[in-house]
Amino acid sequence: MSTPTKTPLVPFDDALTRYEPVMGLEVHVELGTRTKMFCGCATEFGAEPNTQVCPVCLGLPGALPVVNAKAVESAIRIGLALNCEIAEWCRFARKNYFYPDQPKNFQTSQYDEPIAFDGYTDVEVDGEVYRIEIERAHMEEDTGKSLHVGGATGRIHGADHSLLDYNRAGIPLIEIVTRTIEVPGDKAPAVARAYVNQLRDLMLALGVSDARMDQGSLRADVNLSLKPTGSSTLGTRSETKNVNSFRSVERAVRYEVGRHAGILDAGQKVVQETRHFHESDGSTSSGREKSDAEDYRYFPEPDLAPVAPSRAWVDELRGTLPEPPSERRKRLQAEWEFSDLDMRDTIGAGALELIVATVEAGAAPQAARKWWLGELARRSNDTGVDLAALPITPAQVAGIQALIDAGKINDKLARDVFDGVLAGEGTPEEVVASRGLEVVSDDGALGEAVDRAIEANPDVADKIRDGKLQAAGALIGAVMKEMRGQADAGRVRELILEKLS
Amino acid sequence: MSDLTRLHASDLAAQLADGSVTSVEATQAQIDRIAAVDGDLNAFLHVDAEGALATAADVDARRAAGESLPTLAGVPIAVKDLINTVGQPTTAGSKILEGWVPPYDATVVTRLRAAGLPILGKTNLDEFAMGSSNEHSAYGPARNPWDTGRIPGGSSGGSAAAVAAFEAPLALGTDTGGSIRQPGAMTGIVGVKPTYGGVSRYGVIAMASSLDQVGPMARSVLDAALLHEVIAGHDPRDSTSIDAPVPSVVEAARRGDVAGLRIGVVREFAGEGFQPGVQRRFDEAVAKLADAGAEIVEVSCPSFTHGIAAYYLVMPSEVSSNLARFDAMRYGLRVSPDGNPSPSAEQVMAATRDAGFGDEVKRRIILGTYALSSGYYDAYYGSAQKVRTLIAQDFTAAFEQVDVLFSPTAPTTAWRLGEKSDDPLAMYLEDVCTIPANLAGVPGINVPIGLADDSGLPVGGQFLAPAQADERLYNAGAALERLVPAPVLEEVVR
Repeated sequence: MSTPTKTPLVPFDDALTRYEPVMGLEVHVELGTRTKMFCGCATEFGAEPNTQVCPVCLGLPGALPVVNAKAVESAIRIGLALNCEIAEWCRFARKNYFYPDQPKNFQTSQYDEPIAFDGYTDVEVDGEVYRIEIERAHMEEDTGKSLHVGGATGRIHGADHSLLDYNRAGIPLIEIVTRTIEVPGDKAPAVARAYVNQLRDLMLALGVSDARMDQGSLRADVNLSLKPTGSSTLGTRSETKNVNSFRSVERAVRYEVGRHAGILDAGQKVVQETRHFHESDGSTSSGREKSDAEDYRYFPEPDLAPVAPSRAWVDELRGTLPEPPSERRKRLQAEWEFSDLDMRDTIGAGALELIVATVEAGAAPQAARKWWLGELARRSNDTGVDLAALPITPAQVAGIQALIDAGKINDKLARDVFDGVLAGEGTPEEVVASRGLEVVSDDGALGEAVDRAIEANPDVADKIRDGKLQAAGALIGAVMKEMRGQADAGRVRELILEKLS
Repeated sequence: MSDLTRLHASDLAAQLADGSVTSVEATQAQIDRIAAVDGDLNAFLHVDAEGALATAADVDARRAAGESLPTLAGVPIAVKDLINTVGQPTTAGSKILEGWVPPYDATVVTRLRAAGLPILGKTNLDEFAMGSSNEHSAYGPARNPWDTGRIPGGSSGGSAAAVAAFEAPLALGTDTGGSIRQPGAMTGIVGVKPTYGGVSRYGVIAMASSLDQVGPMARSVLDAALLHEVIAGHDPRDSTSIDAPVPSVVEAARRGDVAGLRIGVVREFAGEGFQPGVQRRFDEAVAKLADAGAEIVEVSCPSFTHGIAAYYLVMPSEVSSNLARFDAMRYGLRVSPDGNPSPSAEQVMAATRDAGFGDEVKRRIILGTYALSSGYYDAYYGSAQKVRTLIAQDFTAAFEQVDVLFSPTAPTTAWRLGEKSDDPLAMYLEDVCTIPANLAGVPGINVPIGLADDSGLPVGGQFLAPAQADERLYNAGAALERLVPAPVLEEVVR
C-alpha cells in the first residue's frame, strides 16, 4: 500500500556507502504523577479497565480540565535537565482529530508555545560524545487504549470489534522532540539508542517517571530520512511509532535505513507515513499515510488559563536538578574504579543505572558490572528484553552476590539462582532454599566424597603424593561432579591435600 | 393559590421566611401553572414535579425545625437544559443527547441544591444554545407568552418564556452572544450575563468556551441579584473562574440610584436596522435616566460594528472542537449507517452526527472547521482574535469616560415564528448589541423598558459594565426598573 512495488532491503553498511541518514526522535514520557493531567483520577498502571475515569477524562458534556501543577513542575524540571529555555508564558492548544480512544476527539496538548525549548543533551557512544539538540519539550495528555478483537494482527484493520479502556486517557505526557540529528551514518543507530537510554536515566534521576519502555511509560518515535551522501536536500521521512525497547530503537533505525535505501535505489519515492515496528523480526510496516493535508486545526485551549511559571519558581526548580549525565558518568567511573573500556561497555549496555542501584544495595561495583554485563546481558540478548526490563531487581542481584561473598553459593550455583529469580520463584534466598543450591562445606560429607574420588582414581592420587599438586584438579572435578556442583571447591582442595600429604 | 406564581422571588422568599406560605405550596402552584400553560409555550423539555416537591418538603421541614436557611431556600427555579442535573435528562436541545442523564451536577446546580431551590425542570433552548429564536430546538420551539405565534428569543428562550409566563419565578440561562439578554428583551424580563469567569461553567455543556457564561433570569432586578449571589463565585473545577469576591450585587440592586452616574449611550447601536418602536422606548428611557440625575454621555465604540463578524469566526471555531465529543462512542445517540451491517467506528460517528445534529449546528461546525484549517487560521481565527482585542480596547476607553454603557438589547421586538428561518444572517444581526460583551468578557443586563408602540411587544434596554463590576449593572438596572416599570403580562396570548 505504501510503495508501488516491494523493493529489496539494502544491507545497512551498503546503504551508508551512498546515503546519509537524517534522524529525529520524538519521545513521550508518561509522568509518574499521582493524578492525571487535567483531573484527579489515579494513574496506576494495570488497573481494571475504565476504573480510573471521571467526567473530565471521559470527556463528558460540560466537564472542564484543570492543570495538574505537579505535572507542570515535572515538565519544567525535565526542560531544565535538557538545558532548555523555560517559557515565561505559554498556553495549551487543542489538537483536533477523531479517534475512539480520544474522549473529546481533541487532545489537549501544546502547539507553538511549548513550556520548554531550545535545549540539548550530550550522549556518549564508544567513548565519543554527540550533542543532541532538543527543539522542544511540551505537555500533553495521553489517549485511552484500544483493544481490537477478532483480527489477525491485533490492529483495527480486520478486527470485528474493539474495546476501549480510558484509564490511560488524560495521563500526563511530556513529548520531547529533537532537532535533526546528523551523526556519522554508522553511529546513527547507536546514538539513537544511547539518547533514548539517557532520557530514561534522566527521568529516573529526576524522579518524574518510571520510564519503562515495556509498559509504555517511555515511548520513542523514530523519524528517519536519507539523503544522498554529500547532498543537502532532505529526503522524505517515515515515522516509526512506539518503538518499545532500547534495542528496538537501534534496530528500527537500521531497518529504515535499509528500507529507504532500497526504495531510493529503485528510483522510487519514499512515502511520508507512520510505520509500525515489529519486535519479532525488527522490521517495520506501513501504518497510515500522513499527507501534508492532515490538519489538526490547532487553536489555543480556551478552557485553560495560560501557564506562566515565575522566574523565582524556575530557579528554585533548577536547584532540584540531578547531576548532569556526563558529570555523573565521570564521577561514577572514578568511584567505581572502572577502566574506560568498562565504562563504555556499561553505558553501551544501558546498565549504568542498574549498576548504581546494585551498588547501592551493597554489591561491589566490579561484581555488579560482572553480572549485569555478563550473565544478565546474555539473557537480555537471548530474549530481546531490555536489561532494565528483565524481571530481576538490582537489589536481587546484590543479594545473590552477597550469598557468594558469604560462601553460601559459588558462581556456578549463582547462575541457577538467576534462573530461579528470573522465573519468578522468589528472592535469591528462597530460590537457594527451594532448589537446594547451598554449597556443601560440611567436612563429613565432603570427606566421604573425597575418599571415594581417591579410591576411584589411584593414579591421580599417586601423582599428588609425588608432589604434583596441579593434578588435584582432576580429583576436585570428580568431587564436584558427585556433589552436583554444590561443594565448596576451596575446602575440597584442602581436604584432598590433607589426605594425600 | 395561583397568585403565588405572580410573586417576585424576593417576595416569595419573605413569605416563606415568615411562614405565611410553604415551599411545597409555592412549588405545587408552579407545577400547576406549568401544567396549565406549557402546552402552548413548550418552555419545558422536562418537568420534575416529584424532585422539586421533595426539595420543597425538605426545606419546609428544615425551616419548621428552626434551621437558618439561605435567602432563596424554597423558591422554585427552572434550569436551562444545557446545564447538567443529576436525575434529570440534559439534552442541550439536541437529538444527539436525547434521554441522556448526566452522572454529575453542574457546579451552579450544586449551588442551587445547597441553597435549597426546588428545581422544577429543564427549559427549552436552541440546539446547543445556537440560535436567537428557539426555532433551532430539536424538540420544537418555545413560544413567546406575549404572543404564542412569536419567538421568545434565544437561545435561553425556554427559561425566558417560563419566567415571563409565571411558570417559574427564577431561571438559569446561558449567554454566549446574547442568549440571556435577548430573550429577556423579547419576553419582558430581567436577564444578566455576568462577567466572564464570574460563574462556574463546570457541568454546563460548552458551546463556545471563551464566550459562554451562566446567568440569572427573573422578573425583577433584585430577584436576579439574589440568584446571581447563589451561583457566582470561584470554582476550582473551572480554570477560567475568577478567584475573587463576588461583586455585591444584592446591595446594588437594593440601592438603585443613578444620581451622578455617568451613562454612555453607544452611538453605533442606533439607526439602520433598529425598529422605530424600539428606538422610541429606548430614547424615553435615556430621558428618564437623565431626569433622575444620571449624566448621559454619547460614546463611540467603532470596533463594535465588527463584533458579529468576529463572533461568527471565534464561536464556530470553538463549537467545531467542543462538539467533536458527540461521536456515539461513550454516550448519547448511536446510529448505524443504512445498509451496512458491520460499520466501522468512523462510519458510526459520521452517521450519528449526521442524524443527531440539526442544520444550524452543522452550519457552525462546518464554518468553524473551515476557519481553523491550516492556511486559513491566520486570516479567520487569528483576525477575529485581533478584533476581539480591539473591542476590549473600545470598552476600556469607554469605561474611562463613563460608569456603564446603555443601549437597546436587541434591534427589534419578537418576530413571528418562521419569519427569519430562511435567512441566518438576518437572525445573526439580532445579536449586534449583545455580542461585544461576550467577546470582551464584560457583564451585561437586560431590563424591560416597556412595550413598543409599533408592535405592542416588550422592549429591553441593556447596561454594560467593566469586568468584575457586575454590581453597576444591578444598581443602574434597579433604578431604571423604578423609572420605567416592566410591562406586566396579564395572561398568555394565544
